[in-house]
Amino acid sequence: MVQLIGRRLIQLVPTIIIISMLIFGLQQLLPGDPALVMAGEERDPEVIEQIRRQYRLDQPIPVQYFYWLKGVATGDLGESMRLKEPVARLVMQKLPVTLQLASMAMIIAILIGIPAGVVSAVKKDTVWDYLANILSLWGISTPNFWLGIMLIFLFTVKLGWLPASGYVSPFVDPAQSLKTTILPAFVLGNAIAGILMRHTRAAVLQAMNSDYVRTARAKGLLEGRVVLRHALRNALTPIITIGSLEFGTLLSGAVLTEQIFSIPGFGKLIVDAVFNRDYAVVQGVVLVTSATYILLNLVADIGYILVNPRLRTS
Amino acid sequence: MRRTARLLISAAAFAGLIAGAQAQTHLRIGLAEDPDALDPTQARTYVGRIVFASICDKLFDIDAKLNAVPQLALSHETAADGKTVTIKLRPGVKFHDGEALDAEAAKYSLDRHMTMQGSFRRSELSQVEKVEVVDPLTIRIVLKTPFAPLIAQLTDRAGMMVSPKAAQAAGDKFGQNPVCAGPYKFVERVQQDRIVVEKFADYWDKGNVHIDRITDLPITDSTVRLANLKGGQLDIIERALATDIKDIRATPGLKLATALELGYQGLTINVGKGDAAKGPLGADARVRQAFEAAIDREALTQVVFNGEFKPGNQWVSPQNSYYQESIPVPPRDLAKAKKLLAEAGVKGKVEVDLMTPNNPETRQVAEVIQAMTAEAGFDVKIRVTEFATSLKEAEAGKFQGYILAWSGRTDPDGNIINFAMTNAPNNYSAYSNAEVDAALTEARTLNDPAQRKAAYRKVAQRLAADLPIVYLYHRIVIIAHRDRVEGYSQMPDGLVRVTGLKLK
Amino acid sequence: MSASVAALAAEPAIESPRRRAWRRLKRRKGAMVGLAVIVALVLMAVFAPLIAPYDPAQQSWSAVRKAPSAAHWFGTDEVGRDLFTRVIYGARASLMAGVISVVLATSLGVPLGLTAGYGPAWLDLIISRVTDAMLSMPFLILAIALAAFLGPSLSNAMIAIGVTATPIFVRLTRGQVMAVRTEDYVESARAIGNPRWRIALRHILPNVAPQILVQMTLTIATAIIAEASLSFLGLGQQPPAPSWGSMLNSAQRFLTNAPWMAVWPGLAIFVAVLSFNLLGDGLRDAFDPREK
Repeated sequence: MVQLIGRRLIQLVPTIIIISMLIFGLQQLLPGDPALVMAGEERDPEVIEQIRRQYRLDQPIPVQYFYWLKGVATGDLGESMRLKEPVARLVMQKLPVTLQLASMAMIIAILIGIPAGVVSAVKKDTVWDYLANILSLWGISTPNFWLGIMLIFLFTVKLGWLPASGYVSPFVDPAQSLKTTILPAFVLGNAIAGILMRHTRAAVLQAMNSDYVRTARAKGLLEGRVVLRHALRNALTPIITIGSLEFGTLLSGAVLTEQIFSIPGFGKLIVDAVFNRDYAVVQGVVLVTSATYILLNLVADIGYILVNPRLRTS
Repeated sequence: MRRTARLLISAAAFAGLIAGAQAQTHLRIGLAEDPDALDPTQARTYVGRIVFASICDKLFDIDAKLNAVPQLALSHETAADGKTVTIKLRPGVKFHDGEALDAEAAKYSLDRHMTMQGSFRRSELSQVEKVEVVDPLTIRIVLKTPFAPLIAQLTDRAGMMVSPKAAQAAGDKFGQNPVCAGPYKFVERVQQDRIVVEKFADYWDKGNVHIDRITDLPITDSTVRLANLKGGQLDIIERALATDIKDIRATPGLKLATALELGYQGLTINVGKGDAAKGPLGADARVRQAFEAAIDREALTQVVFNGEFKPGNQWVSPQNSYYQESIPVPPRDLAKAKKLLAEAGVKGKVEVDLMTPNNPETRQVAEVIQAMTAEAGFDVKIRVTEFATSLKEAEAGKFQGYILAWSGRTDPDGNIINFAMTNAPNNYSAYSNAEVDAALTEARTLNDPAQRKAAYRKVAQRLAADLPIVYLYHRIVIIAHRDRVEGYSQMPDGLVRVTGLKLK
Repeated sequence: MSASVAALAAEPAIESPRRRAWRRLKRRKGAMVGLAVIVALVLMAVFAPLIAPYDPAQQSWSAVRKAPSAAHWFGTDEVGRDLFTRVIYGARASLMAGVISVVLATSLGVPLGLTAGYGPAWLDLIISRVTDAMLSMPFLILAIALAAFLGPSLSNAMIAIGVTATPIFVRLTRGQVMAVRTEDYVESARAIGNPRWRIALRHILPNVAPQILVQMTLTIATAIIAEASLSFLGLGQQPPAPSWGSMLNSAQRFLTNAPWMAVWPGLAIFVAVLSFNLLGDGLRDAFDPREK
């Protein structure tokens, strides 16, 4: 087990290096000059030259990459050209926001997706099954940004029940914080609920057809108990796997949702940085979210093995 | 340290909630974008200036007629030869860190603007030879040549004073914790989320500061910004949409403040750079005149902006004292457009590669222009290009038309010289005309407004014929606020001035 | 759709797998509904000029942002164009982007996946690590960066989406190859001295084709959303040609004054994505050997 984890951790290193090279290379492909973007209306050629020198934009790409890598090795993610702030600090500022939004979305997804999946499996081929399937398809097929716009229209513009945005930290005002994040969290959770429901359904169906559930049934245990105790417990592993992967995607995948609701999280940070050619921010933040994603992947795999002792030997 | 500060703030907020106390007054402003670094020397964004308006006072401010009025300075006097300007400072002014604003500090701030690495103020003060300290409250600015726009420059970021002590300590990180001499001092900033400032107890004009704390919240979506204002989560929003004005007027509890902007929206035509300029549009002024004649500016502003924005044809708006009344906004004239095209001898449709910034409003303007000019025989291809790419393409001359907005400067010089002078940095059209160059250079040395206006007339006439830029319209600054905010008035520069404001 | 099933699946038997799959697919109501809607959307896109009541680029400045009426069923947009017409024409951009980008992703991803799964180990190592890296990066950010690099146009958006979706197919193909490489028929083909590439193409590919087909259908759904997202950000279809995504982008500013502008294009995306998801689900079940 320890060996396995060790091996997987070592595999992470080349993957992360490849990620960093991909991000770096991709950015160099982007048209546009960061110094020009920074200058905007104030185009003073001499100052633009100064900025190029200051951020080593005048040096060859491998040299830039080397300096960046050297910084990362010593825990320095560089500095935002636009904001003159260390990238590490930006990451720390956005982390709580993104975690809050992702957690709320996951909770919503679990509350909808798992019960729907269980009901649909237990009541297979009944009207409940169809309803749950429709719910799941709805979640998977709705474009996030459209759902976001529609919810803003309904709850903010028409009904005036919820503020559309203006993120408030839960440490400042818990009630307001909930109000400002509930809509985006629902938009994100809605999509994941659809995915969770399908996996739950499949897993529960499979578990119900397995020998031990048949045995339990044969022993005369009540149907509901059988499902809950045996089937669901065994179905939990794929659900955990999917759940943690989806959580990983939420860290940086909520790009448009954050944009529409003006939620200052990782997604908005990256997109704004891409459009402003704020290279250090793109590099730093994508590196952090990608590494977290891969780590969550690993955690999910380990969890999978821990819950299924049979896999441990193989 | 910061963390404790944050905890204290939240604790204070909680205490406020529990006591239900109305002691602290708090103004919340919704910004249309997230500002860049809050260092007056390094800053470049329009939205950043709105934040500076509450934390960094300038040597001079402007009034509604764009005259310079005293702020941190009391007076200015230009020598007879126009080459030195003596400025008297206001006595007893303190920076947020308690340091005194004296002549040395003023000299330091101006020198910093002129010499710091990466300073975007350098070109604004490029005519300044040096700054001298005359006495503790007087500085003398020595100019290379007479420079009429100087005082106007000092009404904006170039006139903002920073605490020398704090600026020396922070270097180019000054923007993380700016220390100026404005009515509010910087408390904290969370990128893309909020900027918090609080009342500065030792402000020189503290009798006029009535609100304890201000939070600036960047909310990029205009619908969301307005919805938050309606819901009472914001007190003021900047850059509301022209198409929402009717709605704002109809909503009880909301008030509107507007002013015609200093800048313009124009369509820059590549007349001299690269292959793109060699098409009929770039090569022949008659084709450009035909293009302009095909555009109905009145209908354009009507369709896209509900008629709220004002058609224009010069680098200043028709309300500006430097507007040349002898060259009025031309009406649409399709017959003239077709005739001009025939004279120019073009056959078939004139293709135009129109680079358009990536925002829905500008795209809509481009689509309307596309439809209008099609009727005269143009085939406009819209190329929506994101900001960063468009700057690069513009510099490389890879466009035929480029829809470009200019945020505007108080002095007319700032709206034209960098666009029309040969090889000037913003001269994307690569326009070059010796007569225009001479007139523009002359105009900025003339301190007499009538003489200046006469010099600009030559430029305006030339440009109206050559059309390196087709000026389209002038936006209005649209600020909406709740009626609990009292005493708000809007200046043309778009800033949200907070002194004198009261909260009901 | 069934034609490509036929092309990919071979192996004659008493009842051929493709025939069995088609028989099973026909039984699934959801999948048939999905298929029908897709066919309808394709017809709508192809015959748009015949169906649409107006010219999609025709502006009418006296009828700007008008609510739905008898003359304009879906209302008009910000320059007075008929929204019903633009939604119909918008199907072209969406369907083309969905299908072409996925075909691109498949034609890049499947060979790479075959190579990784059945080629030399060092190649597998490189391909797999790059695939892992790309999959760990946010999909939309990658697509945005690529689209910005290539320049804004519908075809470039398709390429960007296609390249971004490639790793999905690499990983799927590689996984499937790993699963079948030790099967008897592969082993025996090797025993009689077939070269590797031949085994990969003749024996392995046909056996992994059904899974790839299912994945293609589901990825088309994702790609349609991706195209809409890029156009929403101004990196896709160029004006005045309509795209559902850019229509939503324009609509966002007029949510208070003209909410109908946001409703129709969004619904259209939803219906298109839903149909591909329904069909994909049906295909998955139809190919599933465990299902009866």
